[in-house]
Amino acid sequence: MNEKFDAIVVGAGPSGNAAALTLAKAGMKVLQLERGEYAGSKNVQGAILYADALEKMIPDFRDDAPLERHIIEQRMWVLDDDSFVGTHYRSEGFNKEPFNRYTIIRAQFDKWFSAKVQAAGALVICETTVTDLLRDEGNRVVGVQVDREGGTIYADVVILADGVNSLLAKKADFHPELEPKNVALAVKEIHFMPQEILQERFNIGEEEGVVIELFGKITQGMMGTGFLYTNKESIAVGVGCMLSDFKDQKTTPYALLEEMKNHPSIKPLLAGGEMKEYTAHLIPEGGYKAIPKIYGDGWMIVGDSGMFVNAVHREGSNLAMTTGRIAAETVIDLIKEGKAMTAANLAVYRSRLDDSFVMKDLKKYREMPEIFHSNRQFFTTYPELVNRSAHTMLHVDGVDKKTKEREIFSSFREKRSLFGLMGDAYKLWRAFR
Amino acid sequence: MHIVVCIKQVPDSAQIRVHPVTNTIMRQGVPAIINPYDLFALEEALCLKDKHGGTVTVITMGPPQAEAALRKALSFGADDAILITDRAFAGADTLATSFALASAIRQIQKNMPVDMVFTGKQTIDGDTAQVGPGVAKRLDMQLLTYVSKIVAVKPEASEIVVERRAEGGVQLLKTSLPCLVTVLEGNNQMRFANMPNMFRAARHPLKLWNREEAGIADDDIVKIGLKGSPTVVSKVFAPTPKSERAEMIEVESGDPKDMAVTVLSKMFTRFPAVEKEIAKRAR
Amino acid sequence: MTDAAPAKKKRKFELDPKLAGYKGVWVFVEHERGQVHPVSWELMGEGRKLADMLGVELAGVVLGEPGEQTRRFCNEAMCHGADLCYLMADDILKDYRNEPFTKGMTDLVNAYQPEILLLGATTQGRDLAGSVATTLQTGLTADCTALTIDPDNRSLAATRPTFGGSLLCTIVTLNYRPQMATVRPRVMAMAERDASRSGRVIEHPLGMVESSIITKVLEYIPDAMQDKPQLAFADIIVSGGRGMKKPENFQLIWDLAQVLGAEVGASRPVVQAGWVDLERQVGQSGKTVRPKLYIAAGISGAIQHRVGMDASDCIIAINNDPNAPIFGFATYGIVGNAMTILPALTEAFRQKLAAVKKAG
Ligand SMILES: Cc1cc2nc3c(=O)[nH]c(=O)nc-3n(C[C@H](O)[C@H](O)[C@H](O)COP(=O)(O)OP(=O)(O)OC[C@H]3O[C@@H](n4cnc5c(N)ncnc54)[C@H](O)[C@@H]3O)c2cc1C
Ligand SMILES: Cc1cc2nc3c(=O)[nH]c(=O)nc-3n(C[C@H](O)[C@H](O)[C@H](O)COP(=O)(O)OP(=O)(O)OC[C@H]3O[C@@H](n4cnc5c(N)ncnc54)[C@H](O)[C@@H]3O)c2cc1C
Ligand SMILES: Nc1ncnc2c1ncn2[C@@H]1O[C@H](COP(=O)(O)O)[C@@H](O)[C@H]1O
Repeated sequence: MNEKFDAIVVGAGPSGNAAALTLAKAGMKVLQLERGEYAGSKNVQGAILYADALEKMIPDFRDDAPLERHIIEQRMWVLDDDSFVGTHYRSEGFNKEPFNRYTIIRAQFDKWFSAKVQAAGALVICETTVTDLLRDEGNRVVGVQVDREGGTIYADVVILADGVNSLLAKKADFHPELEPKNVALAVKEIHFMPQEILQERFNIGEEEGVVIELFGKITQGMMGTGFLYTNKESIAVGVGCMLSDFKDQKTTPYALLEEMKNHPSIKPLLAGGEMKEYTAHLIPEGGYKAIPKIYGDGWMIVGDSGMFVNAVHREGSNLAMTTGRIAAETVIDLIKEGKAMTAANLAVYRSRLDDSFVMKDLKKYREMPEIFHSNRQFFTTYPELVNRSAHTMLHVDGVDKKTKEREIFSSFREKRSLFGLMGDAYKLWRAFR
Repeated sequence: MHIVVCIKQVPDSAQIRVHPVTNTIMRQGVPAIINPYDLFALEEALCLKDKHGGTVTVITMGPPQAEAALRKALSFGADDAILITDRAFAGADTLATSFALASAIRQIQKNMPVDMVFTGKQTIDGDTAQVGPGVAKRLDMQLLTYVSKIVAVKPEASEIVVERRAEGGVQLLKTSLPCLVTVLEGNNQMRFANMPNMFRAARHPLKLWNREEAGIADDDIVKIGLKGSPTVVSKVFAPTPKSERAEMIEVESGDPKDMAVTVLSKMFTRFPAVEKEIAKRAR
Repeated sequence: MTDAAPAKKKRKFELDPKLAGYKGVWVFVEHERGQVHPVSWELMGEGRKLADMLGVELAGVVLGEPGEQTRRFCNEAMCHGADLCYLMADDILKDYRNEPFTKGMTDLVNAYQPEILLLGATTQGRDLAGSVATTLQTGLTADCTALTIDPDNRSLAATRPTFGGSLLCTIVTLNYRPQMATVRPRVMAMAERDASRSGRVIEHPLGMVESSIITKVLEYIPDAMQDKPQLAFADIIVSGGRGMKKPENFQLIWDLAQVLGAEVGASRPVVQAGWVDLERQVGQSGKTVRPKLYIAAGISGAIQHRVGMDASDCIIAINNDPNAPIFGFATYGIVGNAMTILPALTEAFRQKLAAVKKAG
């Protein structure tokens, strides 16, 4: 006898968990399949959790979720080879409950999330990979095939929450092969560091945390950024660049991260830490224009698998959770109304997303990837100029400030024409508008 | 035939870290696995079940999270699973553990006679290889340790023949059931669970036994947990490097040949015994 | 062994007067096929130290079939440091079996009351120790790497690796006697043999009949000697690790070993990859070795490997990573590619041997 469910969710990342939880809470018969040993076992994230998306599903998540630190300070550094110019924003406002952003360790967080899903009544089965989608004569998706004997399982709807490199979506022709220019390859390390040292080094208290966004020559001219987050007893440090750039530049992500860690401004922050874990993962950064078709007869796509990542603000897990939740709500409504899971009926999912922050934000930045792709000066020339300017201004050597200003201006002009400068400013303004 | 398999959930020691400052174990984020040796025991039991029919019951004594280990065992094909869990068991050493496990097995026997108890050779966290022998003694069962092969089981005759690893050889032993077998690694590989078993494992109502349900009377509280443990950990510490750093062999030429010659001459000067040992071989 | 219990502060401790009568240190003399297992003499050396610290006698315990041989084992025990020997000789004890040995050992303990009982952490020693400790309801610490007496309370402080070898812990058995421990072969140095030593032998009957014993030994199949590596007792070992990269490269290890007449060892990944037999694994879950010379090529020196070999007199480490942990405890370190260093070493040793030969 083959099993049959109301819905099958493939994947137990944030998007799959959100979908499965929402469905199970509404009393649906849900099966969630995860190929990893447990939810979170294979998941990588630089690890900022945005409270809002989770709060909508689990209002009291702060009571028992494995949260590392809440963020009270955001630093943004623009680096050249041996210096940085940065802004730091720190606010007691961030120290007021309920906190808005946390660092988390995905492996633990996903496990916790999965326990909630199971408690809500979903059947969660791990170490099981979905290898194919089952279709009926009308090409409707009617279930999944897994990599185990006796692994044909039916459902009214299959929700693909299988992450950025969704082999299923590709296999099913729901979306094309990922283009290297639409995905970033990120590498990350976790460095263990005793709590006391970490807190002293970043000037933070017990529960407080810091985020540093790194931008500039650390990516060696490739389109990408670096980051450094404080966990409770460790530091997450990583860098990601577009896959296409790695290909062209023939740099390995590992080498890039090594160099970044050795930057004179970053090295002291990591000194004395012990590397615990190294991971690499793709991030879909194609933005709005890269979003594939996200629903059809008997299927829906949520999370990274649907390219829902806001690269500019480094948001992913919240979009994943939100898309997962909205997909599930769509299914619940259809079941309540006694409607079939046809493409026409599931279209509501797309329109609900369009009305949410997910699509609105992604749309806002739709030009961003293009601009950065074709204007490498943002990653090389500008960081250098900015740093050089700072140096010129701060270096006391008997030259008057007026002359220094002129020097700075002319060095900008040397590196980039006046038109170029104005054009860049305009482009950026357009993209952020 | 009814086989009880004792399994333990252990932290994956390959991933354990020691806090460099406080020298304590950092368990955070270390995944828990079924003690790898116990998987050999379980697979051996499942093979016997395939051959002779019968029932395989897995038991573990541990915290509530050990449920995951039992569910996994069910997915491989075990028929029933019991989690023996109670605060009173905390801090048990091998003597106290074997008391609790033996007591639980006696409870199981009340419903269905037990022909064999299987354990792993040892755990990778406690690493003692004592729990198996302890359980056997307490249940007054014949004990077969380090079994590398189950040669034959004759349930009708209540008889079993096994190969037992001994120092320098293998003993071929025959004994009667019921008996306890500690299974040596490397005889088999755990099967890949099929989907119906995955479903069954996920849905199986697990039995949770507390102290009373495990058949331990109030009078016997002194025999379990910390109270029932004669051994006491008095100190945990990181191994201190016994020796200084190696003397690094560096030669200007950077030529491996020169390095080899240099290291030999240094060594023969400082360790005449090594030179003697090598000289012996020239004869 | 309590791994879950937090380490305790040392507390004032009074031994139960009922246990005060337990005196003396015992070492179980393990033998198989007419051979005493060397671990017994290693324990005898250690037992001697403990007995001297306590100011008590050291005894060997021999269980075996009646006859010349078992008597000789008792004598050997004295030569290796025992003051006396307890002997239980019975035909039933010809082959090791759990049931009669457990009965024999527990009877001896109950009759003569030692405070410490040491056994080898071998398949025989562990089988027996676990059963005896349970029958006697006392504490047993397995696989110790160091033994000493806690001066505060005269109890045995047994140190062993825990958590996959990343930490050590010291375990005491306070209010139970005897205090039992097993020790792995080759962890401790063997006692010097002194042929002039002698002592008294105390015989004690087993008191069992064969027909009451359920388990029978049908056959003993000795391991084929020729292809069994004898790593534990080798004087020179050449070991390779994952840094050898390919099974083909491992031939370089065999080449050097052949020139040196050495045994070949390996780290766990190499064994798991199937390049060499399990018998050759050195380390926590493999063999403990203490050769005069240990050459490690492409081995990082992880703690689990280290505990199996750092008692070697001289360690030469070859690794291309100057920060490899093995350089933290080796005697000599060579930073470089093992694939080029190993042949150079092989050649250098070959020349050395030729020179020795020439010199006669
Ligand atoms: C280095 C890095 C840093 C990041 N930093 C942040 C950040 O700070 N904040 C933020 O919000 N986001 C961040 N993101 C993005 C965020 O991690 C993702 O957007 C989010 O994890 C997407 O969730 P998901 O559920 O869609 O996919 P995933 O988390 O990738 O989950 C997919 C799951 O599906 C499983 N799976 C895949 N295929 C199958 C199959 N065939 N059968 C069964 N199971 C399958 C996988 O094992 C996996 O568990 C970061 C990403 C990276 C790589
Ligand atoms: C419970 C438990 C028990 C274990 N028991 C054991 C055990 O008994 N024995 C054991 O060995 N391990 C054991 N391990 C595994 C142990 O933790 C290590 O993983 C293992 O020892 C590493 O083996 P390795 O040094 O060969 O490999 P790696 O750690 O991968 O090191 C390879 C080394 O080779 C070097 N190298 C690479 N290329 C070259 C080259 N061309 N020339 C020279 N050097 C090169 C590298 O720099 C590196 O240092 C155990 C682990 C656990 C958790
Ligand atoms: N808490 C436990 N619950 C169930 N079985 C156990 C437990 N502890 C040990 N065992 C079994 O006893 C064997 C030997 O364990 P140990 O003596 O800790 O090396 C293991 O391989 C298990 O089969």
